[in-house]
Amino acid sequence: MVNLLLSLLFNACRKPDIFIQPEKESIGDTTHTEVIGFYLLNEGNMGSNKASLDYYDLSIGTYTRNIYQAVNPEVKQSLGDVGNDIKIYGSRLYAVINCSNLVEVMDAATTKHIGTIQVPNCRYLAFKDGYGYLTSYAGPVVVDATKAQIGYVAKFDTTTLQIVDTCHVGFQPDELEVVGNQLYVANSGGYMVPNYEHTISVIDLDNKSRKTIDVVNNLHRLRADRYGQIWVSSRGDYYGQPSRLYCIDTKTDKVIDSVMIAVSDMWIDGDSLYICATEFSYITYDTEVTYAIVNVKTHEIVTRNFIQDPIVKIDVPYGIAVHPITKDIYVTDAKNYVSPGVLWCIGQDGMAKWSVRTGDIPAHICFRFKTEKI
Amino acid sequence: MKRLISILFLALSVCIPLFAANEADSVVLGEVTIVARPATHEVITPQTLSGNDLQRLSAHSVADAMRYFSGVQIKDYGGVGGIKTVDIRSMGSHHVGVFYDGIEVGNAQNGTVDLGKFSLENIESISLYNGHKTEALQPAKDFGSSGTLYIRTRRPVFQQGKNYNVTVGMKAGSFGFANPSVLYEQKLSETVCLSMNAEYTFATGRYPFTIKKNLPDGSVAWDTTGYRQNGDVNAFRAEVGLFGYLPQGKWHIKGYYYQSNKGIPRAIIRNVWTSSQRQWDRNAFVQGAFQYRVGRRWEMQISAKYANDKMRYLNPDTTLMYIDNTFLQQEVYISWANQVELFDWWNLTLSGDYIYNTLSSNMANFVYPIRHTALVAAATSFHYKWIQAQASVLGNFVQDRISNHQSTTNNQKPCFTPAVFLSYQPLLKEQWFIRAFYKQIFRMPTFNDLYYTDVGNIALKPEETKQYDVSLEYSKQFTLHDAQGTKIGLHAKVDGYFNQVKNKIVAIPKGNSQYRWMMMNIGYVEIRGVDVNAGLDFTFPLSTTSFPLHLKVSGNYTYQKAQDFTDPNNPITYGGQIAYIPWHSCSALANLKWNGLSFNYSFIYVGERYHNSANILANYEQPWYTHDVALGYLFKIRPAKNKVNTSFDIDTSLEINNIFNQQYDIILNYPMPGINGKLIVKFII
Repeated sequence: MVNLLLSLLFNACRKPDIFIQPEKESIGDTTHTEVIGFYLLNEGNMGSNKASLDYYDLSIGTYTRNIYQAVNPEVKQSLGDVGNDIKIYGSRLYAVINCSNLVEVMDAATTKHIGTIQVPNCRYLAFKDGYGYLTSYAGPVVVDATKAQIGYVAKFDTTTLQIVDTCHVGFQPDELEVVGNQLYVANSGGYMVPNYEHTISVIDLDNKSRKTIDVVNNLHRLRADRYGQIWVSSRGDYYGQPSRLYCIDTKTDKVIDSVMIAVSDMWIDGDSLYICATEFSYITYDTEVTYAIVNVKTHEIVTRNFIQDPIVKIDVPYGIAVHPITKDIYVTDAKNYVSPGVLWCIGQDGMAKWSVRTGDIPAHICFRFKTEKI
Repeated sequence: MKRLISILFLALSVCIPLFAANEADSVVLGEVTIVARPATHEVITPQTLSGNDLQRLSAHSVADAMRYFSGVQIKDYGGVGGIKTVDIRSMGSHHVGVFYDGIEVGNAQNGTVDLGKFSLENIESISLYNGHKTEALQPAKDFGSSGTLYIRTRRPVFQQGKNYNVTVGMKAGSFGFANPSVLYEQKLSETVCLSMNAEYTFATGRYPFTIKKNLPDGSVAWDTTGYRQNGDVNAFRAEVGLFGYLPQGKWHIKGYYYQSNKGIPRAIIRNVWTSSQRQWDRNAFVQGAFQYRVGRRWEMQISAKYANDKMRYLNPDTTLMYIDNTFLQQEVYISWANQVELFDWWNLTLSGDYIYNTLSSNMANFVYPIRHTALVAAATSFHYKWIQAQASVLGNFVQDRISNHQSTTNNQKPCFTPAVFLSYQPLLKEQWFIRAFYKQIFRMPTFNDLYYTDVGNIALKPEETKQYDVSLEYSKQFTLHDAQGTKIGLHAKVDGYFNQVKNKIVAIPKGNSQYRWMMMNIGYVEIRGVDVNAGLDFTFPLSTTSFPLHLKVSGNYTYQKAQDFTDPNNPITYGGQIAYIPWHSCSALANLKWNGLSFNYSFIYVGERYHNSANILANYEQPWYTHDVALGYLFKIRPAKNKVNTSFDIDTSLEINNIFNQQYDIILNYPMPGINGKLIVKFII
């Protein structure tokens, strides 16, 4: 017993807590186009402080997990808790870290830490004319009885990283897009179950005048296509009302169409709107998975399954992105939310090209271009 | 055991510790713990901590003390107020039955008991059984868990010529800890006595912690210190008990009240270290048991309980989702247990329990579940010279009724689960025992599993465990033939086991790009383990005139390979060690006692773990180990000789815990306290 204790004491002691170093995997799939790579933001489960950043280098075909810590060892507690959105604007990379109440601003080429924008319970990002727009759930309480807090959009200067203005929107605002000079914000009301929010807020960026478009309960994703249309998804209410996709014409700001399809994440590339969805059914007590493409011009569902390869086994499709040039489809699998996920690359023929292990809850992808795009 | 009881009769003016004859293996006489050999009809032996050993542990709660048992893992979120749950042999905290003075502490809502709530102030012993206790007379509930913990509170014992006891105590320590307590015991008649006690626990829980990360070359990348916030606790507990004896039986009745108001500390994440969430608990119950020998060969016990538990959870932080939920649980429990001794070597047990549970809440879409549970246990035990055995079968019948828009009934399929326990003593003169057991149990899905708004899954099946265990135990007492006549006692036990957890109820993502979870019966875990317990105690008489010196050393070691075989399509988790279960863990205790002076040392080691069944570097958790010491002295104040009524004792103790100030987490991002101290003073009148 004593020997055992001694050996435990001296042999199994604590090692100094060392940073987890980036892990590089050679995938081999290289393309030499205007798109030189992409970042993948892993959310990390709430409370784990395990948001992490991966990078795929398309020029040499290597996937590197967890690149942020090694580049920024001085940043205390690394990227933070729950990565919620990632975008490149100009020469900078912006990652929204929801539960850490901040946007991490990095150099888009090196991921070197530049600064942070502190906004409580921040959600999603959009950019226009040198300013960033960030949705937040954490506005002032407007209904005393239920303590319901109104959401807002914070406007920040992308050079100084200072917040220059804020504007109230609906309850629990999620994705947002700028079309022309109008900012469209999808309000979810996710904290107000079962009295969800059901509107899009439209803000005129010149004079801050606001109006709302009534759509349906619990809006989430909101993307603009090249025809001046906004595509917005509803998460549904998890009971009678299923998840759905709606189309708004920004010329009239009216709902012009709806598509009977569930949406977890979506990506618009040209005329194609790619969708992946996991929807739980209280009838079968199982989740139903959908991969679909909707033509944004005709509003028709082109396919209800763009993955043909039987080798592809995805438990929980969580995030989707499409390579702007090769049109390869990237789908992330969040698995059980607490263990590492998987990123799949699917060709336009529906066959898998490769897959790679990611961090926990791989979710948000943004492409890096050779030339800066504003 | 019978002899021990008769000695007690002689030594004390008696209000006998209740159930001593069939429940206990220890009885506390003031300062001395007598550990008797298990009564003949107990097939397996528990791990027990009692009396002074328990009080001298640097432990505040039952959960802290349980760290010294083998095969047990604690989930501890840190501090006096942090939630503490235990997991026996990696089967999950839902599989631990917690019995407080013989009756189970229920929690139909989430199925686990926060053992951090039970302070050790009034606790006489805690005993842990793998499988269940194998007494002939026990309620059906006692057969119903994969592992069972018995918490036994102090029973009144009066010294000759005295018909009351009073103890007033105060504990004070680091991080604003203060814990006054009072105990009053009164002999009402030769056969009835009363016990009352109360305590108040306060702590700010504001302890410093350090987080540090190194670069691969060994230099410090960053190093930050902070204070744990919102870890305060205010708790009040009061108990009243009546104990009575009849010529052919005994009874007791107990009232319990607990109320607390505490902060819920949060995970320490980037940029956010504070939280403002709070929890209020109010637990009250009345319980009683009546044991009676009906005939020469028939003995029965009737037990009953009513519990009323209220919990309020508040998140006042309006940058997050504002939550103010209240839950009210009620439980009614009635049991009738019977033991029939067919022959001296053959017993039959038949017990029937009925439990009624309700849960209500102010949550949206709440379904107000009501559960009726009937448990029937039949057992037979056999003891003949070198062999003892018990075989039992437990029938479990559960019906739930929920009312949302309309009322619906949800019947769980009746299930019957067997258990067999064997003990073999090859040499009657030597204390060698070979033991084995097999036990299967179903744990019913809890109200939260089934009906929690948006998360619950009404289609859940019960979770199943199967346990296979073989153990070897040896104990010996002997006196050395040296000059002083040193007495030595030794004890050792090794268990090897294999457990399966099937249909494990696991929260899985529901999809729709949000943190939406769903409870599903998908998990499958296999556990292979070895538990080792060993103890040595020495009594050095020193000289005939002086007090003897006692030295007691004990240790345990646990090896566990607990593998997640849930998802064959996920190679990174398939076969991986499940979250937070170390392969190696151990603890050691040493106690030196001379006259009123005592010195205690305790050590705990928990080896490397992963916080997920993906056993990769990103999920790695460091081993941790703490060293605690305590120094105590009992002052015996005897103003007038031979007058019991004027004399009293003052028990004092100083503890220093985590003496090397190790900074560690048990749960990811929940730092534990570093070095801390505690001073204890008790007046025993």
